Amino acid sequence: MTKLKSIRAFAVLAVAGGVAFGGAAQADENAELIVNGEIKLVTKTAAPDHLKDAVDTIYSGWLFRETGTQAMQMDDFVNPGMLDAEAGIELYNAVDGTEGKSCASCHGDIAEGMKGLRAVYPKWNEAAGEVRTMEMQVNDCRETRMGAEPYKYISREMGQIVSAVSLQSRGEPVNVAIDGPVAATWAQGKELYYTRTGILDLSCASCHEENYGNMIRADHLSQGQINGFPVYRLNNAKINQVHDRFKGCVRDTRAETYNPGSSEFIALELYVASRGNGLSVEGVSLRN
Amino acid sequence: MKITTITAAVLFTAGAALAGEVGPKDVVYAEGAIEASLSGAPGDAAAGAKTMTTRSLGNCIACHEVTALKDSPFHGEVGPSLDGTGSRWTEAELRGIVVNAKMTFEGTVMPAFYKVDGFNRAGDGYTGKAAPENFPPVLTAQQVEDVVAFLVTLKD
Ligand code: HEC
Ligand code: HEC
Ligand code: HEC
Repeated sequence: MTKLKSIRAFAVLAVAGGVAFGGAAQADENAELIVNGEIKLVTKTAAPDHLKDAVDTIYSGWLFRETGTQAMQMDDFVNPGMLDAEAGIELYNAVDGTEGKSCASCHGDIAEGMKGLRAVYPKWNEAAGEVRTMEMQVNDCRETRMGAEPYKYISREMGQIVSAVSLQSRGEPVNVAIDGPVAATWAQGKELYYTRTGILDLSCASCHEENYGNMIRADHLSQGQINGFPVYRLNNAKINQVHDRFKGCVRDTRAETYNPGSSEFIALELYVASRGNGLSVEGVSLRN
Repeated sequence: MKITTITAAVLFTAGAALAGEVGPKDVVYAEGAIEASLSGAPGDAAAGAKTMTTRSLGNCIACHEVTALKDSPFHGEVGPSLDGTGSRWTEAELRGIVVNAKMTFEGTVMPAFYKVDGFNRAGDGYTGKAAPENFPPVLTAQQVEDVVAFLVTLKD
């Protein structure tokens, strides 16, 4: 039987991408992501060792977007996600809860206190004995240190404060740990990544590993990396958090999804983050 | 939707076959191919073309380019172009591919369109919620036949 699998090599795709009738995205594989004319971000680099038998090179989702969408992320005055990051900085500085404290009361200026953190999350918390996403850590500080109500896992406030925190790591390489105490969670996440779900019977890998670079209907498939998260999506005109995106992708396999904040999505986030080790944190990225 | 009591009674056991129909669980493959019509009736190629381009039904063009369907926008490239597929495969083989492509292409990403069991976390359409008991296949027996009728027209 002939092997009819479409081409995977990225170089060929720029050509192949143009063939699909009507709506092919004209992604420029050689585009460079330089924000505000000065912050140069790594959007393609060698795959981390644990991924080498699956792919050679990892790519930011930014590279797969159309030129106009790409351009919007290159200027903070044009990227609407920056407004949410600014709102997040206000939340960071605002006193809330029974202890009369703001995040800044303990962590100081956000540029200092939150610098580099997003690049290493999800991360093991020794005291709690668990893997924490940034959302979990924010809520833990709110509840146990501020005496404030936790934010809903997927919510406007959470999206904003996570945007503000992520921006303090913009340009730093994603570098999540995958061994030691997180090893079991990482393995669970890997298992989930390759497990097919739903009536369409597709795994994350079916689309984002076997078919990145190919068009699926009007969408140009990326590697499904999360170095750009949170992302502002033009489609729904708001900040989208990691678990929100995961939920949408699982739903699209005609499956019963997992919930945001569930142990499954925490494990999956750690694993997907590790597939992007080496790409730059984009702070607040922009996608369609 | 308004349905007569008689039809409703039959539809209630979704997944169970209508009279003269081969149910999703009773399909018999011969090396991936399925000889006889699933509905017992011939397919309608024009209806098949519609099923293939409708997102909630076949959504085939999400993954395949088909020159004969180029009036509908956005053809994907996850699978091969279906131009000439009617010359490459027999009608029985095409029926088998549409019903459950994994019987022909091991491990393929192409979904099975007439199958109701063996899924992990089956959902209720695109709601993200769990599927009800006895959920129907993505396509009905007749819709599969319509699609097959269209595919056989795609000659080199
Ligand atoms: C009363 C002091 C206090 C307040 C207020 C506070 N935190 Fe924390 N935060 C801590 C301490 C102490 C730790 C380290 C202990 C731990 O890891 O649990 C921490 C840890 C963190 C970490 C993880 C740092 C790392 O190295 O991984 C982040 C991120 C964080 N806080 C964000 C916030 C945010 C955002 C707010 C406001 C919503 C906030 N914190 C409010 C005391 C505070
Ligand atoms: C049916 C194909 C399909 C499957 C299966 C799928 N996705 Fe996606 N995913 C898409 C499409 C289409 C997009 C939007 C275009 C793009 O970035 O690939 C997307 C986007 C994403 C993004 C956003 C990337 C960015 O840079 O903004 C992430 C993250 C993602 N997917 C993760 C996942 C994970 C994790 C899974 C498995 C649970 C998964 N996807 C399963 C089709 C799929
Ligand atoms: C998620 C993507 C996807 C969807 C949706 C899809 N297919 Fe496919 N299809 C494939 C892939 C991939 C192959 C190649 C088989 C392989 O090697 O995995 C294929 C192969 C085929 C073939 C054999 C092609 C040839 O000429 O050799 C036919 C026929 C076919 N598909 C018809 C359909 C029809 C009809 C539909 C809609 C009812 C459909 N496909 C929906 C992915 C898809």
